[in-house]
Amino acid sequence: MMKKFSILAAGILSVAAIGAAIAHESENPAVKARTSVMQLYSFNLGTLGGMAKGEVEYDAEAATRAANNLVVLTQIDQSAMWPAGSDNVSDPSTRALPAIWENFPDVGTKGQAMADAAVAMQAAAGQDVEALKAAMGDLGGSCSACHKAYRAPKD
Amino acid sequence: MFHAAGCASCHSAPDAVGGDKLMLSGGRRFETEFGTFIAPNISSHPEVGIGSWSAIDLANALIHGTGPEGQHYFPAFPYTSYANITAEDVVSLHAFLSTLPVSEAESVSHEVGFPFNVRRGLGGWKLLFMSSGWVVEGDLTDQQRHGRYLVEALGHCAECHTPRNGLGGMQRDLWLTGAPNPSGKGRIPGLTPDQLDWSEADIAEYLKSGFTPDYDSAGGEMVDVIENTSRLTDDDRLAIAAYLKAVPVSSTGLPSK
Repeated sequence: MMKKFSILAAGILSVAAIGAAIAHESENPAVKARTSVMQLYSFNLGTLGGMAKGEVEYDAEAATRAANNLVVLTQIDQSAMWPAGSDNVSDPSTRALPAIWENFPDVGTKGQAMADAAVAMQAAAGQDVEALKAAMGDLGGSCSACHKAYRAPKD
Repeated sequence: MFHAAGCASCHSAPDAVGGDKLMLSGGRRFETEFGTFIAPNISSHPEVGIGSWSAIDLANALIHGTGPEGQHYFPAFPYTSYANITAEDVVSLHAFLSTLPVSEAESVSHEVGFPFNVRRGLGGWKLLFMSSGWVVEGDLTDQQRHGRYLVEALGHCAECHTPRNGLGGMQRDLWLTGAPNPSGKGRIPGLTPDQLDWSEADIAEYLKSGFTPDYDSAGGEMVDVIENTSRLTDDDRLAIAAYLKAVPVSSTGLPSK
């Protein structure tokens, strides 16, 4: 009985350990930095998305502040955050595909599309909730375009 | 309806993006365990496309999976789902397709080995696995019924989100419970209420902008799907969400067929 229990416990522990390994944050400061930028995007998008879905009452000022932040985020120079060797083959804690490093011009084009969508959201956010909802589509499309091409699927 | 049915996702040229996706020249390759299927030219070219088809020809293709000469199509073309499309929508689609640009690209033969290359065998496959009628029945609201039409017929969501048996037939008793990804790694997630616990507003927003409830964005094949669903109306997307909440969590709630 005891033995059975300890095998079971060991099993659970090792599953937990694997889970921890997958969720483990990268040791690479550049990867940490770019992940943080993504989290800042997601936080501000949450403010806008909550209003788009009608979960939160529309507030022109709060929406504008969030959209302003998105524009600022697109202006961060990320060139030092994507050093060679920080793809998902070299570092399993990231989902960044090696194709990024082979297609910098295309990554740049997709980044510019997102910057344009953020500027459009900046104009729309303070207008009214319908304009905000409409701008969410292009913004989301610009995120997905890059994630589809250059991010590995979740395990 | 063209976008709801996702025609361009398969039938546009392999490198097409944006407005070029309206040129339905075919050529995209779909690798499966049965072989590689290559989407044909369905532009309005009279010879290499389907420009000479009548609305009845289109209805036979969409609803019965049968070509103008009576040949069976492979079910990579999701006629198993399209079987529930209304005649009215087929006529609209026929009219719309004729307005799209013409492509002269010749269709390429599928690369499918024996015995799956014997099209006659597909007649038997259809008898076994093509069931008409809706999967989710019972007391549905008008909104849920509209969502059912979008999900079960036009959107053909189940083609990926429902597991298949050894011969590639959808297991309708495991409707939308998720399936292995045929392109290899990973799993296509289940959409039943026990597996997808998003609110209806979350589902509708995801189908519009691709944002998940924690404001990550879609990736993979769903990006192409969202390109289509983003062109539907808010009412359509909310109807899809309402329908998904009515899908039974397991086979136990399904009517016997």
